Amino acid sequence: MATGNKTRDNLWTLITPPAIWAGHFLVSYGSVAYGCAPNVDVFQTIGGFRIFVGGLTVVALAAIGFLFVRALGEWRRNDGRIPHDEDTAAVRERFLEFSTVLLAGLSFIAVVYTALPAALMVDCR
Amino acid sequence: MSDVTLDRSATRWAGQSDEDTAPADLNFGNVPPASTRDQDDPEVRAGQEARLRHVWAEPKGWRYWSAVNNTEVGLWYTATSFAFMLFAGVLGLMMRVQLAAPDTDFLTASFYNQVYTLHGTVMMFLFAVPIFEAVAIILLPQMLGARDLPFPRLSAFGYWCFLIGGVFVCGSIFFGAAPEGGWFMYPPLTTQERFSPGYGPDIWLLGLSFIEVASIAAAVELIVGTLKCRPPGMRLNLMPLYAWYVLVVAGMILFAFPPLIAGDILFELERLFNWPFFDPERGGDPMLWQHLFWIFGHPEVYIVFLPAIALLAMIIPTFAQRPIVGYSFIVLAAVGTGFLSFGLWVHHMFATGLPAISLGFFSAASEAVAIPTAVQIFVFLATLLAGRVVRAVPMLFVSGALAIFVIGGLTGVMVALAPFDWQAHDTYFVVAHLHYVLLGGMLFPVVAGVYYFWPMMGGRRLSDRLGKIAFWLMFVGFNTAFLPMHWSGLIGMPRRVWTYPEGIGLELPNLISSIGAFVFAAGFLTVVWDVLRPRKGEPYAERNTWNAGTLEWLAEVPDEAWGVRSVPIVTSRYPLWYQKNLMADVDMGRFYMPDAEEGMRETMVTSVLDAEPVQCLRVPGPTFMTFWAAIFLGAVFILATFHLWTLTLITAVFAVVAILVWLWRGTALQPEKDQKDVGLGLKLPLYKSGPQSVGWWAMFITMTGDATAFVSLVFGYFFYFTVSPVFPPPMMAGEEIGPGLTWPLISLGLFAASWLAAIFARNTNSKGSVGTARLLMGGGVLLSLAASAAILWGPYVTGLVPTVHVYPATVWVLAIWTACHGAAGALMLAYCLARSLAGRMTPAHDIDIVNVALYWHFMAGTALVTTATIALFPLAV
Repeated sequence: MATGNKTRDNLWTLITPPAIWAGHFLVSYGSVAYGCAPNVDVFQTIGGFRIFVGGLTVVALAAIGFLFVRALGEWRRNDGRIPHDEDTAAVRERFLEFSTVLLAGLSFIAVVYTALPAALMVDCR
Repeated sequence: MSDVTLDRSATRWAGQSDEDTAPADLNFGNVPPASTRDQDDPEVRAGQEARLRHVWAEPKGWRYWSAVNNTEVGLWYTATSFAFMLFAGVLGLMMRVQLAAPDTDFLTASFYNQVYTLHGTVMMFLFAVPIFEAVAIILLPQMLGARDLPFPRLSAFGYWCFLIGGVFVCGSIFFGAAPEGGWFMYPPLTTQERFSPGYGPDIWLLGLSFIEVASIAAAVELIVGTLKCRPPGMRLNLMPLYAWYVLVVAGMILFAFPPLIAGDILFELERLFNWPFFDPERGGDPMLWQHLFWIFGHPEVYIVFLPAIALLAMIIPTFAQRPIVGYSFIVLAAVGTGFLSFGLWVHHMFATGLPAISLGFFSAASEAVAIPTAVQIFVFLATLLAGRVVRAVPMLFVSGALAIFVIGGLTGVMVALAPFDWQAHDTYFVVAHLHYVLLGGMLFPVVAGVYYFWPMMGGRRLSDRLGKIAFWLMFVGFNTAFLPMHWSGLIGMPRRVWTYPEGIGLELPNLISSIGAFVFAAGFLTVVWDVLRPRKGEPYAERNTWNAGTLEWLAEVPDEAWGVRSVPIVTSRYPLWYQKNLMADVDMGRFYMPDAEEGMRETMVTSVLDAEPVQCLRVPGPTFMTFWAAIFLGAVFILATFHLWTLTLITAVFAVVAILVWLWRGTALQPEKDQKDVGLGLKLPLYKSGPQSVGWWAMFITMTGDATAFVSLVFGYFFYFTVSPVFPPPMMAGEEIGPGLTWPLISLGLFAASWLAAIFARNTNSKGSVGTARLLMGGGVLLSLAASAAILWGPYVTGLVPTVHVYPATVWVLAIWTACHGAAGALMLAYCLARSLAGRMTPAHDIDIVNVALYWHFMAGTALVTTATIALFPLAV
């Protein structure tokens, strides 16, 4: 069994990176929508909300980055190679680690995408 | 009561009828344990097979319709979905006839509106989503080497709901009463009598709400099936890719459908009782419907697409004759798409005037989702390049699917850009895009699946010659029909127009489209003919006819009802390729559960991560109760459509009774012994409660969906808070804000007390203090009913009138939601009390109260959030 002082991966750890993306997305959109409501003054600036989204992005990227590094490191130390098609709990663990690495990578990119509008747009136009 | 009567009642309660008495030579109940049998002895095997065959046999005669086994229900489900699809296809052809030339009057404008509304509605709700459930109900147990899914009666119930709701929605067009508002039913066009007279929108809403119940039932079934009913040894990394997709898609249904149910509730309250949720004159906002609809609607596109792609992930390795390249990448793609697809909904609303920065977030996510989608395509291409591809009809449809889907995906990236979308919005360009995505991403893969899996279902291969003809007609016809629509859309032809004038360049593209549509239809009819044509004389296909590697191809030819002869131990991703002698060993009954010693239907439950055996689960057999439950529940929805309130209430009572009878007779049955020998020296318990039981998971998953619907309603409240200048609206001097503080807090206290009663009832019952437990359950019933009354009393005494303004309406809707759940919680506790008094629930056999206590955790959360929202929040602003 792949245990020691490492994280035991399961379906919840697998979906943590995209869940962070989802949280970041919802809070970013929600805060800006709240800031611009009720959408009457389109030239209203939203500097505070943009800074908030920026800070949130840094936190989200750091969290996803941490999960990426953790999963990649454990996968490597756990004899990192593909495919993960053997019948042992260790390989199952390695498979989950590798899949977490991939999902963390995707989530990282998606968070950057989400942050771009807040970086580029200055008001509620 | 004599012993004979007792025995007979017991078997009847156990869901078996008196006529079911087994032939004596089957020897039920007197068979030696499986581990002691010699599987090499043909006589032993013959006895086992006779017992399995008897236990799993489909009911005879008119009782056939009481079947609940996944093979029968899955087949009905699939056939019904295709029937609805053909119906909607005819509607599509009628539209193409109308549009073939300018200024025609083949259909009236009003009838044309009904036709396109039903075309979209039926294709999406009655074909695209149900076909996933249908196919998964058939295939998933087979792929997992399981005898059946854990809740066969739930599948049957879902099917009957689907059939009734579907016939109701489709039938309306024959009375000229079908909805006219388009498949996404935007208010205020559809909510206000002056724009939409008649019953059309009600039929749409209530019919589809009913079908959503079926979808959520299927989602519960499929999630528990994938996580808990895998064969021993099938760890997460060895699951067939189809199972990964099913897991992701069923999870998506759980979060995507409830917002639409919440939207439906608001919509119907406005239609039936004039509560102003979408009426701007009284503080409402039609945009809330658009949000709730598309929070459902966009994930739905992926709910449709992913299961079809899952079929490709099974077909492609078989014809490449090698394992998939990049299994983890498919998992990435499935899970990643599942998440990202929830961040896309506003891209349907780019033209509504939301701030550009809001649009930006959704535009960005819409571009990002192209990444995991493309990953799957590249994985498939890589697998095909790395293998030696066998040419066959299913592969023809696979390649057609990939080509069409990639075109649709690319136009998707175009319309994901807000400025481009403003040009193309609501034009035929979008019609072309969505048909490329849906037909390439769903219909072509499903037809590939029909050709691929038919030998398993029907015992014979479909015709190669007809298949090729069908493919080319469909492929050429499809592109002829839909490619010109990009052009007519860019010229400026809006979608949903009934006709168009001559001389603006639309004649030629529309005529070409119409011709193409009929060519495409000819191709699809060829497929239908190929499936339905009589083929008595033709020989059976050999078993595992395509030389595939996964467990569903263990299926015998002709098929046996038992699903799998014995439950195999899995040690690889493609067991039929890499595990020597697997098929022979399964057939010889050398693995687990080779027998039905006690004459019960059984399947194996295993652990989530590594599929270690944990339970031998008795699954229930045929019953008509699910049918009656669906009939009565359907009647509730249909009668409500026509405002027949007394009858609605009466049928609602019948529906509840039918469901209670079904549960009482068929769930949480106490086995005659604690554990059972399932073969190979393994003894498994027959009864499990708590997190290891499938029922606990089903409750947890159902309540997650329920909580999502509740959160959507709460979202509605805060949405109005955000968009209204003053919320709650200003009031007279001396008036209390909203429902006041007193009654909501009293209600919260009572709910907390009944929550504690439920938990302590569970704990004391399991410790053996049955009397205390019964007292707590009874007390919980009363407390919960009082709490429900109190939460309604608050807005009533403070005089909130829901028809005046949207604020009182949202308060009422949250209070009613909570009160209904409180009443359901009381009913559940009363049910547990009755079970305990009847001796059907004991300290050792306590599934009922454990699951009800789990329900009460969610209930307590609901009460807390409701009180905080309606009573405390107005004080804070």
